Amino acid sequence: MNEYIMPIVFGIILGTIARVMMLRTDYRQYPTYLHGKIIHVALGFIAASLGAVAVPAMLEMNFTAVTFLTVAATQFREVRNMERNTLSEIDGDELVSRGKAYIEGIAISFESRNYLVILTAFIGTLFYILWNIYIAFFGAIICLIISKVLQSGSTIKDIVDIEYSPPHFDGAGLYIDNIYIMNIGLPARQEEILKYGMGFILKPKNINVVNTIAHLGQRQAILHDVSVSLGVFRDSGTPALVPLIKRDLDDGRIGVFILPQIRDKEKAMKVIGAVPVLETAIRMPSRANQRKEVE
Amino acid sequence: MVIEKAILAIVTTNKEQVSGGAPIFICETLEEVHKISANLEAMLDGIAHALGEDLFVIVKH
Repeated sequence: MNEYIMPIVFGIILGTIARVMMLRTDYRQYPTYLHGKIIHVALGFIAASLGAVAVPAMLEMNFTAVTFLTVAATQFREVRNMERNTLSEIDGDELVSRGKAYIEGIAISFESRNYLVILTAFIGTLFYILWNIYIAFFGAIICLIISKVLQSGSTIKDIVDIEYSPPHFDGAGLYIDNIYIMNIGLPARQEEILKYGMGFILKPKNINVVNTIAHLGQRQAILHDVSVSLGVFRDSGTPALVPLIKRDLDDGRIGVFILPQIRDKEKAMKVIGAVPVLETAIRMPSRANQRKEVE
Repeated sequence: MVIEKAILAIVTTNKEQVSGGAPIFICETLEEVHKISANLEAMLDGIAHALGEDLFVIVKH
């Protein structure tokens, strides 16, 4: 038996475990079913193999062999495409769509998780060969922790203050606090909305956040997550009953109007707070040089 | 250019106020306006917006 077999198997197992750990089905309900999971565990296994095999290749001075990692990169970009396509296809069938930015965020994380798997397998195998299995275990656990940390970005509650504010009508205009949401003409619809609707005001904590929560993709993500978690009082062919988020142009607050099936203020605030901040929506105007000079 | 929003129908009691390309429904009473708007809203998958007390437009979003 080759001296590298054990370290490679060790690395592959660790990498695959890392992928399984990162593959959780949470309230976003994605990936849901067994087949979706099998695809990702299998790809995680391939990624782990690549990471593990790279170490002996390097130690044997076979540097050209390491170039196959570029093949891996191409492969995992493909994963991102696959996820994006699937989710975009499904998005049309959602009562409240995810939105392109949210889909992109999910697709990116699927790709990046495979690279984390490669890293874990690489470190595991390398430490095993250089020292012994215990240090390899230790290194791999650190990698897993790093993966976990990298996996969880910030959430909405970190960047805004959430307040409950019941929706009200001024004539035909629906308002949350002073933020105009939409025009609802029929008295019957207005009653429904007052009965089932809930409103929240999200107040940005600083200047960077104003742009982030104004991002249309970020707003759609909030609506989607709330609808998934609390249900939605809506059906196809009832465009008047649509959850919406509008913005106060003066101070950048946003008014969230939702029609949940579970009308529990505390729960709704928790759900809104737990919505991930999309990477694509993050802006850092305070880091710009000009602004520093002004300040 | 794709037109994303369009007025599909106009419902009113006051025919002096309206004219133009969209189908116009002239009603006798305010209740009738509400009833017809609600029906049209359901049929056309649009939203009944109130422009005035007795002037409704069904808009496709």
